Amino acid sequence: MSMRATKQKATPAANTLGLHKKGLAFYLKRDWQLYALMLMPLVFVIVFKYMAYGGLSIAFKNYKVAKGYAGSEWVGFKIFEKIFNHRDFGPAVYNTLLLNILDLVFSFPMPIILALLLNEIRVKWFKKTTQTLLYLPHFLSWVVIGSVSLQMFSVNSGVVNTLIANAGHSPIPFLQDDAWWLVTYVAIGVWQSMGWGTIIYLAAITNVNSELYEAARVDGANRFQQCLHVTLPCIRSTIVVLLIMNLGKLMGGSFERILSMSNAKATEFTTTIPVLVYRWGIQSGKFSESTALGLFQSVIGLALVLLSDAIAKKLGEDGLL
Amino acid sequence: MSVQQVLQEELTYQKRKKAWTPTRVANLAADVLCWLIVGLASLSCVVPFLHIAAKSVSAEAYVVANKVLLLPKGFNLSAYNKIFHDASILRSMWVTIVVTIAFTLIGMFLTISASYALTRRDLKGRKIMTFMVMFTMYFAAGAIPDYLLMNDLHMLDTWWCLILPLCFAPYNLLIMKNNFQGSIPESLIESALLDGAGHFKILSSIVVPLSKPIIATIALFYAVGRWNAYADALYYIKQRTDLRPLQLKLYYLIVAANESFQTEGVATTTMTNPEVLKAACIIFAALPIICVYPFVQKYFVQGTMVGAVKG
Repeated sequence: MSMRATKQKATPAANTLGLHKKGLAFYLKRDWQLYALMLMPLVFVIVFKYMAYGGLSIAFKNYKVAKGYAGSEWVGFKIFEKIFNHRDFGPAVYNTLLLNILDLVFSFPMPIILALLLNEIRVKWFKKTTQTLLYLPHFLSWVVIGSVSLQMFSVNSGVVNTLIANAGHSPIPFLQDDAWWLVTYVAIGVWQSMGWGTIIYLAAITNVNSELYEAARVDGANRFQQCLHVTLPCIRSTIVVLLIMNLGKLMGGSFERILSMSNAKATEFTTTIPVLVYRWGIQSGKFSESTALGLFQSVIGLALVLLSDAIAKKLGEDGLL
Repeated sequence: MSVQQVLQEELTYQKRKKAWTPTRVANLAADVLCWLIVGLASLSCVVPFLHIAAKSVSAEAYVVANKVLLLPKGFNLSAYNKIFHDASILRSMWVTIVVTIAFTLIGMFLTISASYALTRRDLKGRKIMTFMVMFTMYFAAGAIPDYLLMNDLHMLDTWWCLILPLCFAPYNLLIMKNNFQGSIPESLIESALLDGAGHFKILSSIVVPLSKPIIATIALFYAVGRWNAYADALYYIKQRTDLRPLQLKLYYLIVAANESFQTEGVATTTMTNPEVLKAACIIFAALPIICVYPFVQKYFVQGTMVGAVKG
């Protein structure tokens, strides 16, 4: 018995050792079809991603289109010094963080609340219908959402202000005033993400052991208390993981979203890093500065992802990477 | 409350089903509250679109007077008539359709090939290749290096800049890889290998037929993602206005509002109110998705859950 066990154990080890000696040619011959399958994907990644990494070098050069990558002179961190001292840099970083933190504070809890409420609804058709409706904004582009918000919230012709005026109040400049713009932006973010966000929580809730609810009921817990003391603790780890994942995105932010919702009147909070990258790079042709700014964002974004992954693992969760 | 009390209550409840016990009242109140909040939240997701749709088929006078709420007033389709006579909007729709189809087909080809190869455990270099692909998800070169690369490849202002750069998405690869690993028994592939089948054969006649749901899911991820995106077009499509996808066209028409509708022929004299036209344009751009999404949402839900296992 023990002999056989050792034999079985030894065989794969010997096998791998034997294979190891065979070298690259052996694998290429044996698995050429697999390598052939990988060929096009790798070509795509190398051409469209890794070759683009090469372009990052111009963040350390004084890039002139006429001179090309190679011809432009190296300037070390001069470009970074320049952008850090630029008057738009501080506000852009501030706005990026502000919008993302507000999103986190208001958009993050909403799907949890909605999922808990949806879980309490026992009538199937109602649950199905409301879920389908709640998913709608997730499928629409930011341009459509931005266009709809322009139609809904404008001061003169927006339906919301018409209703406000009918109720005898003065109109609210939802999109034209800076502070109100911020409120509208965050509210639309909550609205757009609340339905879709419930999916993962609802999946987590279905895994909760039903005996826990029975025990709670025997102890006299009403539905609200069951929700608070059974469901929430049971989906805690899901909440924590998603929260940490969102922390990793603090420096990100959708360019399309902000662009679709910006207008000429309210500009205080709309200058975020991606917007500034676009303005410097495409509109003013300052390629080096723009690349450096993008690189700054990517590096901090990567650091935040690694940090949040480390935190998740420290808390005993699976981690993200 | 003891167990006996609970059982007692349960018993009396079953005896007198119509009785308004405090528990039952509380239960009903909780139900009403849940229905109310969830109902209102879900209504908030459709009402804006109903309003815009109502506007788009109303007479100008009512819209200007802010009289249109959820029901059209002075029903007419002149705005849509105008859209269907605006060559540039139709062209944008055509560009979006062509680009979406090509993007999805190429993306699926790459994703399926790579997912299968990268799930074969004995493939030498599997780890390094996986890392190479996944790294690009967490660290982007940024908009300007991408733009300059497109310039170097002479792809600016061509169809290809809308199709190729984004059509292989590491996130979709991750989902498909997870699914292959979870749903296709290793023994099946091994026995096929022993029978002398090659990997091409296994992929085409075992793995793909067994993975139809995830293939549908990922194809939809690609298609809807491409349909909705416009930032890349904003960067890459400059001179060739005939290559603007629909979402970019909508951006220029309504959000940036620096482009006017092509009022061809008759329309110039009897100007339709831009508000009605804008509304019709929004519905024109959103309708394909609104019509399709109720049927494809279940695939999206599945994909999101597979992605959440390890994303």
